[in-house]
Amino acid sequence: MRNRVSRRPLTQVFKFQRIQEIGILLILFILSLFLSIATPTFLTSTNIFNILRAFSWIAISAFGISMVIITGGIDLSVGSVMALSGLITAMMLRANLGDFLSILGGLLIGAFVGFINGLLVSKANLPPFVATLGTMSIARGFCYGLTGGWPVRELPRSFMFWGQYDIPILGIGIPLPVVVMIILGIVVSLFLNRTVWGYKIYAVGGNEQAARLSGINTGRIKLLVYTLCGLLTAVGGLLMTARLGVAAPTAASGYELDIIASAVIGGTSLTGGEGTILGVLIGAAIMQVLRTGMVLLGFPAYWQPSAIGAIIILAIMFDQYRKKKMGLLR
Amino acid sequence: MEPIVRMEGISKAFPGVQALDMVDFEAYPGEVMGLVGENGAGKSTLMKILSGAYKKDTGRIFLDGKRIEIENPYHAQRLGISTIYQEFNLTPNQTVAQNIFCNREPREKGILGKLGFINREKMEEEAEKILEIVGAHVSPKSLVKDLSVAEKQMVEIAKALSFKAKIIIMDEPTSALVPEEVEKLFEIINQLKSQGIAVIFISHRLEEVFKIADRITILRDGKLIGVMKKEEIAPEKVIYLMVNRPLAEMFRKEESKLEDVVLEVRNLSKKGVVEDISFKLYKGEILGIAGLVGSGRTEMARLIFGADKKDNGEIYLEGKKVEINSPEDAVRLGIGLVPEDRQNQGLILKLAVRENIGIPILEKLVNLLFVNKEKLNSIAREFVQKLNIKTPSLLQKALYLSGGNQQKVVLAKWLSLNPKVLILDEPTRGIDVGAKVEVHAIMSQLAKSGIGIIMISSEMPEVLAMSDRILVMSEGRLAAELSKKEATQEKIMAYASGHYISNYS
Repeated sequence: MRNRVSRRPLTQVFKFQRIQEIGILLILFILSLFLSIATPTFLTSTNIFNILRAFSWIAISAFGISMVIITGGIDLSVGSVMALSGLITAMMLRANLGDFLSILGGLLIGAFVGFINGLLVSKANLPPFVATLGTMSIARGFCYGLTGGWPVRELPRSFMFWGQYDIPILGIGIPLPVVVMIILGIVVSLFLNRTVWGYKIYAVGGNEQAARLSGINTGRIKLLVYTLCGLLTAVGGLLMTARLGVAAPTAASGYELDIIASAVIGGTSLTGGEGTILGVLIGAAIMQVLRTGMVLLGFPAYWQPSAIGAIIILAIMFDQYRKKKMGLLR
Repeated sequence: MEPIVRMEGISKAFPGVQALDMVDFEAYPGEVMGLVGENGAGKSTLMKILSGAYKKDTGRIFLDGKRIEIENPYHAQRLGISTIYQEFNLTPNQTVAQNIFCNREPREKGILGKLGFINREKMEEEAEKILEIVGAHVSPKSLVKDLSVAEKQMVEIAKALSFKAKIIIMDEPTSALVPEEVEKLFEIINQLKSQGIAVIFISHRLEEVFKIADRITILRDGKLIGVMKKEEIAPEKVIYLMVNRPLAEMFRKEESKLEDVVLEVRNLSKKGVVEDISFKLYKGEILGIAGLVGSGRTEMARLIFGADKKDNGEIYLEGKKVEINSPEDAVRLGIGLVPEDRQNQGLILKLAVRENIGIPILEKLVNLLFVNKEKLNSIAREFVQKLNIKTPSLLQKALYLSGGNQQKVVLAKWLSLNPKVLILDEPTRGIDVGAKVEVHAIMSQLAKSGIGIIMISSEMPEVLAMSDRILVMSEGRLAAELSKKEATQEKIMAYASGHYISNYS
C-alpha cells in the first residue's frame, strides 16, 4: 500500500501541469524571436520596457479577472473601472486632497464597484455577464457625468512619478509600474496557491455545488473575488493615469476585452476551476508583443482589432481542444 | 395475433454494472403492459433502449414482426414508439400546438411553405383534434408553462398520438398526479387501448399497476424474472419476486449498543417535499433510510445538512439545539454529507485528490497566512493509505479515479474533519462489488469509532446488512421504523410503496 503514494509521480504530475504554461511561453518566445529578426527596433531595452510598461496595468487587472474567471464568473466592467478609478484619483488630486487620500479614493472606488458586482452575482443571483455588463455602463456613465466629458489634466508630479519613474537596477531603468506588477503578481499567486481563500476559489470554480456541500460559503468567495478584481483593476487604472498624466473619461475603453483575452490566452478556463497567475502574465505579454509587433511591422492600425480578435478565438479554441484531450468535455 | 413490439435477448452494460442481461420483452396491440422492479432493476434502461435514448449491446428488436434498429429518440418516434417521461420534454414558452408539432409543423401552401412559413391555423386545428381524442380541455393556443402537471402530461400524450404512435411508454406517469388526475389518466389509457395502441406502464405504485395493466413484466438486477397475467398473480407475490435476492458477499455490520443520542431531528418539514419527520440517531449506529426514489430521502438529508431551506423543524446535536442554515454551519458542527451524485456534488473533479480531501479542514492547516502543504500532504496521504484509495499520486485529478475510489475520496474528505454525524446518500451506487465491500467495511469501522451514520440506500440487501435500525420513507413521510430483527425486504417494500401496509402490520 505504501508505494502507491510515492514521491516520483508527484513530480511527474507537477511537470504535466506546467506544460500548459510552457506552451504559451513558447508562443511568446517565437513571436519575440520573429520580431527581433524582422524589425531592428524590437530587441532594444527601450522598446522592451515600453512593452512591459504598457502591459503592466492590463496584466494587473488580468490578475484580478483571472480570479473571477477561476470561480466560473466574468467581469466586463474592468475597462470602465480602470477609467473611473483613475478619474476619481485625478479629481481628488485637483481638489488638493493630497496624494495619499486621492490614491486611496481611487482604489476604494474600484473595490466598491467590484463589491457591487459581487453582491449582484452572489446575492441577487444575476448571471455575472449581465451584472457586470450593467456596472460597466454605469461606471462609464459616471466617468462622463463627473467630468462633463472633459479630461482631467495637470496632475501633480508626485503622482505621475508612479507611472513614469524608472528604477535604476544594474544600469537599466526598470519602470515602476512593472515593479508593481511583479510584486502584485507574486502576492496574488501566493494568495491563490497557498491560502485557504485561494483553495476555495479553485474549489468554487471547479464545482460550485460540491464546494457548497463541502461547507464552503460560495457566496462569500464570489463577493471576495469580484471585490479583489475591482481593487486590482483600480491599481492598474491609477498606474495608467499616472503614466499618461491625464485622466480621460474615455480612457481604457475596450480594455475589458484585452484583459479577458490575457487571462484566457494564459490558460484560465472560462468554465472555471483552472488558471495560474504566471499564465495570465504570459498571456498579457503575448497580447502586448502582438500589438507592438504589429505597429513595428507597419500592420495597418485600423486592422489591428481584427487580428487581436482572431487571436482570442484561436486561444479559446486551444483551450477547448486541450480540455477535450483531457476528457473534461464530451 | 403478433405482438406489436418484441425485444429479444437485450443486454446493456455500463461501467461497473450489467444493467440488463439477456432480457426479453413484448407487448401486444391494445395491451397495457406493466413493468415493475426495484430501483436499478433495469426498467428505465430497457425502455430507454426501446425509445432510442440508449444503444443496446446485444439483442434484437422487432416492430410489428419486422426487425428494426432504433437509431435515436426521434427515429423511435417516427417508428411509432413514443415515451412520456417523468420530466416532460416540452418547451414551456411555446404554445401547446407548437409543442405537439415541434419540428413537424404543417407548412403554408406553395412557395411560402418551401421558405419555411408555418400554417398556424392548420396546426392549431389539428392540435385541437388530437387533444379532443385525449379528452384534454386545453386550448392549443395556451402556453405550456401555464398548464398543470396533468395537462402537460396530456399534451405529451397528444404529441405521441400526432406521431401515430403504436406504442406509448409511460415512465412513472402518476408520480406527480393527484388521485382524480390519476383516474383521468387511466381513462385516457383505456381510450388508447381501444385504439389498438400498446401502453407500457412503469410504476412503483403496485396498486396502480394492478388496476390498469393487463400483464406484468418483472425485472430484478437486470434480468427478466417473469411475465404474468394480472389475474394469475397476487401483489404479495410480485413484491416477493421483485426484491428476492441472495445476500451473498454482503458485509454485515456488527451490532452496536444504542445508548447516546448524537443527533435528533424533530418535526422536520418542507412543503411538498417532506412532512413532519422526527427521529433519533445514536452514537455508533448506522441508521438505514429506505424508500422509493422520490420518497423524499435525499431531500430530507439535504434539509438536515442545510443545503436546502427547511420550513419547520428542530435539530439537536448531542442534546443541544443547533441552527443549521447552510452546509457551512453543518460542517462547522461536525456533520458531513456524502451526496448521491458524487461526480457532480461530492467531488471537484478538476482538482487533485489532495485538495478534495483537504477542503473541509483547510482552516485548521493554516500557518500564519498560508496553508501548510506538508500537513495537507500528510493528512491526504494518511487517508489514501487508510482507505486504500488507488491513485498514482496525491496530485492526480479526481476525474481520473474509478467510481469506487472516487467515493473513497469523498469519504476521506469527511473523515479528515473527524465528524460526529455522517450522512451517506447511496454510498455504493454504481461502484463495483469489491469496492462496495470495502466501503461497507469503512462504514462499519466509522460507526465503531462512535460516529453516527445515516445511510440512505435503495439497495435492500445493503439496508438489511448494514443498518442497526431502518426508517422507511414513503411520499415524504416516515412510514415505519424497523429494528434489525423485524426488518425484511418484503416489509420494507410494503411500507415504501405505501399501499399494502394493512396486509403486513
